[in-house]
Formats: sequence, C-alpha cells, structure tokens
Amino acid sequence: MLKLVVCIKQVPMVTELPWDEKTGTLRRDLAPGMMNPACKHALEAALQIKEKYSAHISVITMGPPAAKEVLYEALAMGADGTLLICDKILAGSDTYMTSWILAQAIRKHCANVDLILCGAFTADSETAQVGPQLAESLNLPAVAYVEKIEMNGRILRVRRIVDNFRETLEMECPALVTVSMENYLPRYVGLGGLQSAFGENQIKVLDAAALGIAAADVKKQGSRTKVRRVFLRKTQKENEYFTGVAVNVVNEFLNKYERKISTVIGKSIEGKERTRGK
Amino acid sequence: MENKKKSIWVFGDYRNYYQNRVTLQLISKAMDLAKAIDAEVCALVFGHEIDEWIMEYTAHGADRILAIDDPALKSYSTEQYLAIMEALVKERDPEIILIGATDFGREFAPRLAKRLQTGLSADCVGLEITPEGLLVQIAPSFGGNMLAEIVTEYHRPQMATVRPGTFKEIPHDNSRKAQVERLPLMKGLPVPRVRLIEYERCAEKEHSIENAQVIVCGGRGMGNKNNFAKLHELAKILGGGVGATRPVVYAGWADHDALVGQAGKHIKPKILFSFGISGAIQHTAGLGEADFIVAINKNPQATMMKMADVAMVADAGDVLNSLIKELKKRIRE
Repeated sequence: MLKLVVCIKQVPMVTELPWDEKTGTLRRDLAPGMMNPACKHALEAALQIKEKYSAHISVITMGPPAAKEVLYEALAMGADGTLLICDKILAGSDTYMTSWILAQAIRKHCANVDLILCGAFTADSETAQVGPQLAESLNLPAVAYVEKIEMNGRILRVRRIVDNFRETLEMECPALVTVSMENYLPRYVGLGGLQSAFGENQIKVLDAAALGIAAADVKKQGSRTKVRRVFLRKTQKENEYFTGVAVNVVNEFLNKYERKISTVIGKSIEGKERTRGK
Repeated sequence: MENKKKSIWVFGDYRNYYQNRVTLQLISKAMDLAKAIDAEVCALVFGHEIDEWIMEYTAHGADRILAIDDPALKSYSTEQYLAIMEALVKERDPEIILIGATDFGREFAPRLAKRLQTGLSADCVGLEITPEGLLVQIAPSFGGNMLAEIVTEYHRPQMATVRPGTFKEIPHDNSRKAQVERLPLMKGLPVPRVRLIEYERCAEKEHSIENAQVIVCGGRGMGNKNNFAKLHELAKILGGGVGATRPVVYAGWADHDALVGQAGKHIKPKILFSFGISGAIQHTAGLGEADFIVAINKNPQATMMKMADVAMVADAGDVLNSLIKELKKRIRE
C-alpha cells in the first residue's frame, strides 16, 4: 500500500483578522483559523490517489494547539492518521526552519513515505517555499504547481502549466509534489462527518523533544530570515463616482480613461465618442 | 578571484523573454543596489546557444556575465541548475542573489536557498539597502493587503525572488561592455530525477487569471447566468480574464478556476472591472494588488464601490452592455 503524507497549514480567516491598531500588525493569535485552501486541494489529490490505488494518508501540521481543528477536518475528509507538531520553541519559524522540522517529523514518524503532497502556497504568507524546501531537506525529486497526478507502479506522472508551458513530467517515488488550485476541488464534508471526527480523539501531538529536536538544533537549523515589520499597504484611491444612465456613465468613463485602458490592453481607443445624434 | 569586490547576482531566466522581461528589470534594480554597497552586477546565463542572452544582459547593464553554454542544458532543469549554482556560489561567494518570481524561479529559488543554507523571501515588490548594507526585501502577504519587510541578517547570500513588472529595465545600449566569463559545464552533474516527457506552449489566455493585466469580475448583481456570461465578451475585447465571487461559483455561473478571494485566486491586474459585487472580505482579500479598480453597482454604499478608483452607480448589466457596445465602436485594432 502506498504511504502518502500531506502537509497542511492552518491559516487565519481574513474575515476576522484582528488588528493591533497601534502597531498596524496582525494579532494572528486572536484570529480563528481554517485549513489553507491549497493544502485542502493537496489533501483532495491524496484522497483521490487513495481511492484509485489504495493508500494510507498521514496528515501533518505544525502550529499551536488550536491547529488540531484542521487535522480533525482532514480526518473527516478521509485521512487515516494525523500529527500535530506543537512546541513554543518552534514558533515563528520561517520556511527554512519549517521545512527542516517537517523533514524531521517525516523521517521519524512516516519513514518509507512514497509521496509527500503540499499545497502550492498558503493564503497568509504566500511564499510557496516550504514544499520545495522540504523536498530539498529530504533530498527528494519534486514538482511544483501540479494539477494532475497519475501513478504507474513506482512512477509518478504529473501535469502542470508553468510559465505558459503545459508540461508532463515523470519521477520515481519517493517524491514530493506541491498541488495547485486548478484541479482537485476539495470534497465537501458535512457537519455530521466533522462531529464524528472530533469525537474520535486520534490526533498525535509531538513537541520538539519528541522529534529529537534540541535547542542547539533550533539554533543551527533556525530561521534565516527575520520579519522586521508587517504593515497594511496604503492604497490611495481616487474613488470618483459617476452617476446616471448606463450609456452616459460609460461614455463619461471612456472619455476620461481611454488612454489608461489603451495602454494596458495595447490597442488604441478613440477618446471622444463620435458626434452622433443622441 | 581577482579581487574581493562584492557581487550581486541576477539569475538569467529567458524562457519567456518576449512576455516577461523580469531578468532585465532585476539587472536594472541590481545596478541601484550595487551603488549602495559598492558591488558589481553579475548576470548568470545557463543553457545552449545562449549568445543572444549574453548580449542582451550586457546591453541592459550587467558588469559581468557567467555563462555556461552546453547542449546538456538545452531545457530548464531545476536539479541541474541547482548543482551549477551551488558550485558557483561556493566558489565566488555573492552577497545577493535575485531571481525573477516566474513559476520556474519560485520552484528553483527555495531549493537553492535551502541548499545554500540561507534565507529567501518570495515575490518581492520592493528592495532596499539599509545604512548597514543589509538587503530589505519587501514581500506581499494576505493577498497583497499587507507587506512585510524581511531581512537575512546572518547568512549569505541574501536571496529574493522578485515579482515581474516591479522594476523598470534600463534602455538597451549596445555600447555597454561586460566581462563575459564562459565556463565549462562542471563534471559529475547529477542525472535529473525529474524527466520532462512532453511540453507545449499554451495557447494564449488558456491559463488562470493570476497573471492577467485586465480582469472582469462579476458577482450576484449580474442577476443570472446569461448576463454573467456576457462578462466573457468584455474580457475578450480587453484581452483579459473573467473572475467571480463565491456565490456565483456556487450558483454554477462560473468555474471554480475563476474564484477570486481568500479561498481562490489572488489577482493583480492593472485594471479590474467589478460588476455587481458588494465586496465581502472573502472576495476583497484577493484584490489587494489590483492597480486600478472600476466598480459598477446600483448601491453606492457597497464596500466594493468605496474601494474603487472609479465607481459607476448604475445597473451592472446595463453598464456591461453599453461598455461592450462602446468599446467595439472605439477600439482600433
């Protein structure tokens, strides 16, 4: 049976982002979480592989205790095992450190994995770096932005569109893919399914020590980047209102902005409407 | 190494040169940064029959070019480029490496940073040098609604991928000179484990809206599926793509591919038309980087109208029809 690992992340729901007004920073700790959408697509891809070829799916996340929620959701969707990596000394990891920690967890608890699936990027930091860096940590072949996965024995055939090329690639297991949101629309899980998943308390929680990570390792493998400041992007909008009958509003708009539009679309637009009886 | 002058490296990503001139933009920005830290700008070109790119990067401002021209490099391979870069970096110790945030760059750079045991920031929209000579990397997060200032304090090289279109290239100048070093392909490169079976260039606009210059988004205010479908006509005239809100996708008026917002695409068009969209945060979370927003809604109080550059208070369907009609009249091909 194939052994699949899906790495997921809980991200804050933007609907509820609590801001620290004074510093203009996000109180991430106060925001309710949800499973990152691309991670959910990766889990769906794993579930479809499981249905077709039979597989065992382990889902791993790293985060605060509340991140258990996304693991329960993963169980409700059809995952077989879960692992939460939770330790204060690991908080605030950048992608360099995160990928190293995930690699440790996979080496220790999911040895002999055949395929690792990650979301292509997260909705919060959007780096798209953890997947490729995890592959590098484990020295695995990897393909990013995958839309379609097929397996033929140990050979993985994947399809993707990158930089305007449609590509078909092959690699041998063990391997890693990051899954895009083009395909693999996540299945819907009803409330009942979620409740029964919450009922079965089968989430494994491990701290740094349990992963064999000592303080000295954290120093050595620790974050390479530092976030100096996070701030809201200032947008100065004209916010100009046009009111009236549609056709007049449209002409008023085109008369004023024809240059702007023609520059962007690369075609010339006549500035004034042709004189015509109105 | 002749002297220990600092070097800023720019990775030459030429695969989609005619659509994407990010390498030239990065050379130009690297020239600015180089003044602040007294460095040279070095462009890297790997591939087969690459003289065109060596000349181009020279004419656009590189001081030095490191070129490896070999038939074995005729298609992009992350694994081979990783091995080459690792060897070159170890030998020459660059201060900064800039890589275009193309799909390739964003797959390649993370592995390279990991292998070099250094930091990397993603898809930067700004770069600065601090008085101490550190590279400040300004990267978007939360759909571009927020920006983060990132530094790599203690590890070298400092690495960033940079959003195409962020910086302006300098004009082509044939009289510029660069020191071109043609290097042999290293021996013992690993055989790539990922094999390219087939590839083809996509037909235009086939792919997602994430990189479209013009996007026409529609919401429930379009009324019904038929009205919504007309958005495609406008998008076609403008050479853009169609986006949708979640209720519209759920109603089956648009594919999931078109979903814009927190659970869907983050878009960064130069012009966004927003038809009949109220502006729930699940949707606007994906709009942080839209340059110029034109919103059409009967309700002037809608959030979407308040965050627009131009707000048209009118029926979305009527405006759509008029706009299609007028543009057809006015556009000269």
